[in-house]
Amino acid sequence: MSFANAWTIARRDFRSYFTTPIAYIVLALFLAIMGYMFFNMLAYFNEQAMNYQTYNMGHSMSLSEGVIRPLYGNMNVILLFFSPAITMRLFAEERKNQTIQLLMTSPVSLTDIVFGKFLSATLFVAVMIGATLVYPITLMIFGQPDVGTLVSSILGTFLLTCCLLTTGILFSAMTENQIVAVFLTVCVNFLLWIISWSAYSAGPVWSDVLMHLSLINHFMKFSQGAIETADLVYYFSFIFFGLFLTHRVLDSFRWR
Amino acid sequence: MIQVTGLSKHYGPRTAIDDLNFEVKKGEIVGFLGPNGAGKSTTMKIITGFMPASEGDVTVNGFDVFDRPIEVKRAIGYLPETPPIYMEMTVRDFLDFAARLNQVAKSDVKRQIDWAIEKTNLGDVANRIIGNLSKGYKQRVGLAQALVHNPPVLILDEPTVGLDPKQIIEIRELIKGLAGEHTIVLSSHILPEVTATCGRIIVINRGRIVAEDTIDGLTMRLKKGLLLQMTVAAANPSGIAAIKAVPGVTGVSATGPKLVIELAPNQGELRDRVAKAAVESGMGILEFGAEKVSLEEIFLQLTTEENAKEAV
Ligand SMILES: Nc1ncnc2c1ncn2[C@@H]1O[C@H](COP(=O)(O)OP(=O)(O)O)[C@@H](O)[C@H]1O
Ligand SMILES: [Mg+2]
Repeated sequence: MSFANAWTIARRDFRSYFTTPIAYIVLALFLAIMGYMFFNMLAYFNEQAMNYQTYNMGHSMSLSEGVIRPLYGNMNVILLFFSPAITMRLFAEERKNQTIQLLMTSPVSLTDIVFGKFLSATLFVAVMIGATLVYPITLMIFGQPDVGTLVSSILGTFLLTCCLLTTGILFSAMTENQIVAVFLTVCVNFLLWIISWSAYSAGPVWSDVLMHLSLINHFMKFSQGAIETADLVYYFSFIFFGLFLTHRVLDSFRWR
Repeated sequence: MIQVTGLSKHYGPRTAIDDLNFEVKKGEIVGFLGPNGAGKSTTMKIITGFMPASEGDVTVNGFDVFDRPIEVKRAIGYLPETPPIYMEMTVRDFLDFAARLNQVAKSDVKRQIDWAIEKTNLGDVANRIIGNLSKGYKQRVGLAQALVHNPPVLILDEPTVGLDPKQIIEIRELIKGLAGEHTIVLSSHILPEVTATCGRIIVINRGRIVAEDTIDGLTMRLKKGLLLQMTVAAANPSGIAAIKAVPGVTGVSATGPKLVIELAPNQGELRDRVAKAAVESGMGILEFGAEKVSLEEIFLQLTTEENAKEAV
């Protein structure tokens, strides 16, 4: 694989996000929703803290526990529904407009192409998550949140979203229809999200397997300020496997 | 430069091309001629490495397409049937992307883009959004994309389809201007297209090569029958019947005062007797002469002969 080739593709795709209104709509909506959540959490946190101080009722919460953790927990859910909008066009549009022929007859490998697409989507998500930094920064101005928890939450959110993007890229490669790609992506990601729910009723072995497969389960430690190798391995394997499948799918189209 | 050996492609049960063999030498312009569905695009997609063949080999510039796709792709500039252009980009940005995809050295990128823009006459629209351009301009952007890394081989799939006559002439001139330095294969289902630009023609029908020659060579080889053309003052049915009755005449078609008379091959000189029949029936000859068989008819013959063989 050549990073230079992947970067050529990523750069073009990243720029073209901003030539359609979708990118701006996604960004604006995302910021607005996150802002709404942030200020509500803050208000709730204040009330709780006040109750605790004045009446010694309820329990004391840190900013990390009361704001950062729910903020990024919710951000993940929002990204579950927003991420397909980022990936839907990546291959579907190239196939529909036949521009895929340009990529596939250029002296770049299929791996370069797939990785370039992934890179552009992750860059866009980095912009989205980056824009929401205004909220934790606001926290830092008025209080002392735990920076470690903040950093690991952001990293976890980013990695989890990269997994969501990978599924999106796979389905974008499978169909020319972007709406179909979005629908399938949300369904599969949601399924991988809630797969741990059935862990409680499954047998002891299956319960472990299902817990391990769940996308959101691996985020728990990140949200508590811990970066664990097992979680990193899971997210990176997920991304690798998804991109590998995308590669196979695109390659198989050539043979038909 | 391009060597195609025993090339076949099956789409499921359907055979798109069947055992193609041909060679294109360095600096040649070869026309790939055949009706829709003949297998021209399929062949080009295989040569460019877009899709693999079912059987057979292709080498370009000494590299096997299957084993060394990157080297082959680097040597080729390809304009597919649908120009692969990004509607939301400007012409210049798009060519910049195409140049980088083809790994043009960073220091040469701007020079190559300017060169491609100049060659394809895109100067006026270089900073415009491709999606807003006319069809002719879009086609030229597609061509510029194929040229931008100055590849030794150009594969152009129906480069003038859907253009107006003025644009067609411009593109033809452009292609002719590229001859010599580049080896070019272009496909078309329209005859004047290939006669205007190509030195050699490969005629393909139903996935098989049915003829392969220079334009003159094809004309010679296929000149089994001769056509006479006659313009008369007043065509009348009895006159036409009289001409038909001349031994050796196989058919007469009349469109108004213009008669086309078909002669069987190797009948010797019949013009005298045809003229006599026309004069005697009082049609009044205004013009009379032998017509060089046009490629349009050769093409028709080629395909019909092939069909006839299959029917037997
Ligand atoms: N993707 C495909 N799937 C199935 N059949 C195809 C496909 N592409 C082309 N064909 C068939 O293969 C034959 C050759 O097509 P093509 O190479 O496009 O011909 P041409 O370019 O000469 O018009 C046609 O009969 C066409 O219907
Ligand atoms: Mg075609």
